[in-house]
Amino acid sequence: MERIPILKMGSFLLVTIQVDMHDQLALALQDDLTGRIVRDRAQGVLIDISALDIVDSFIGRMLSNIAGMSRVLDAETVVVGMRPSVAITLVELGLSLPGIRTALDIDRGIELLREARGGEAGINDFEEG
Amino acid sequence: MPNSRLHEIIGRYEKEILSEWMRLQFEALGGRKDRITEAQLRAVSQEFISVLVAGLSGGSGTDIHAPQWQPTREFLTELSRQRVAQGFSPSETASLVFSFKQPLFLRLRQQYGTDADSLAAEIWTSTDLLDKLGLFTTEVFQKSREQVISLQQQEMLELSTPVVELWDGLLALPLIGTLDSARTQIVMQNLLEAIVAKSATIAIIDITGVPTVDTLVAQHLLKTVAAARLMGAECIISGIRPQIAQTIIHLGVDLNGVITKATLADAFHLALRKKRLLIAKAEN
Repeated sequence: MERIPILKMGSFLLVTIQVDMHDQLALALQDDLTGRIVRDRAQGVLIDISALDIVDSFIGRMLSNIAGMSRVLDAETVVVGMRPSVAITLVELGLSLPGIRTALDIDRGIELLREARGGEAGINDFEEG
Repeated sequence: MPNSRLHEIIGRYEKEILSEWMRLQFEALGGRKDRITEAQLRAVSQEFISVLVAGLSGGSGTDIHAPQWQPTREFLTELSRQRVAQGFSPSETASLVFSFKQPLFLRLRQQYGTDADSLAAEIWTSTDLLDKLGLFTTEVFQKSREQVISLQQQEMLELSTPVVELWDGLLALPLIGTLDSARTQIVMQNLLEAIVAKSATIAIIDITGVPTVDTLVAQHLLKTVAAARLMGAECIISGIRPQIAQTIIHLGVDLNGVITKATLADAFHLALRKKRLLIAKAEN
């Protein structure tokens, strides 16, 4: 079965969604991700959706779920790289993804996560260490 | 009209009809002679007569949508376009065709003399035909006008939604004019594209130039803010005039969750603070 890869960057996890999501895949991703947050003691999750042309209510809900789960496990979630057309569509559909942090690109996402953690830890530790 | 001899008659008296018609047209133009010269008018009239004769000899009667009338239609379309550009009114344009009746009827009367039946039949055929052509001209005139209007609208939309960069990663969107759905769409698109292009984190939407804010406009603004947020940029709405602040509250529009400032200067200040920048007075 196909799975979405989860990469570790310092104390953050990076998920890049490049394929069409469906139920099974979403469930698998939630399983894997929550597992990895606990195992790696991750403090933040970056979800890159720059490859997605279409984001429907299903993916919107999945993103909300992931953000909620991560928060319970004390990790912040940032969705990065949303395309302008996708943003317009989501807003027109009335899905403005409340409760999800967003950033333009990975760099901004990492910055946002580090701010959210109050600079206590982040990718810099990894680079400087 | 299988036995109509119109095209023969027009062909035979072409010169007389033309000069008579030219005189009439010049009278009709009145004080507008500066818009078109005699030579131009003559060329146009000559061509009209020749395409008319060609159409009549096609044998499809007065059905101007038949393929035989194709050159005539093309000629009139082109003529209408020119007249729109020259600033003629629709009736002036249509009367070009209608004014052809008088010289034509004169010749018909000469030709048929006392043969009232044939004369009436020919007059009916030519009236029918010229009316159709005249209406066709008006229709095309209208269409060309509408095209011009929609082009201008398009241009206005593009002109009226500039996105300016105030600082690294700090955009401003001064909105001028009423916001409707179509404009919001373009504003949103421009803003989001600029956010990506300049990798902006803060966008200031200035509504000083928006005359009124009703629930619909407010909704459009909120949509734009939400879309920018999804792209990872924060929005500040500025330029809210006192009356507009009152209207927003009276209408019960919920602007919670959106940062609003009275002036663009305040918004700029806040944006700099958010970016941890400050403007200091230079020494000396």
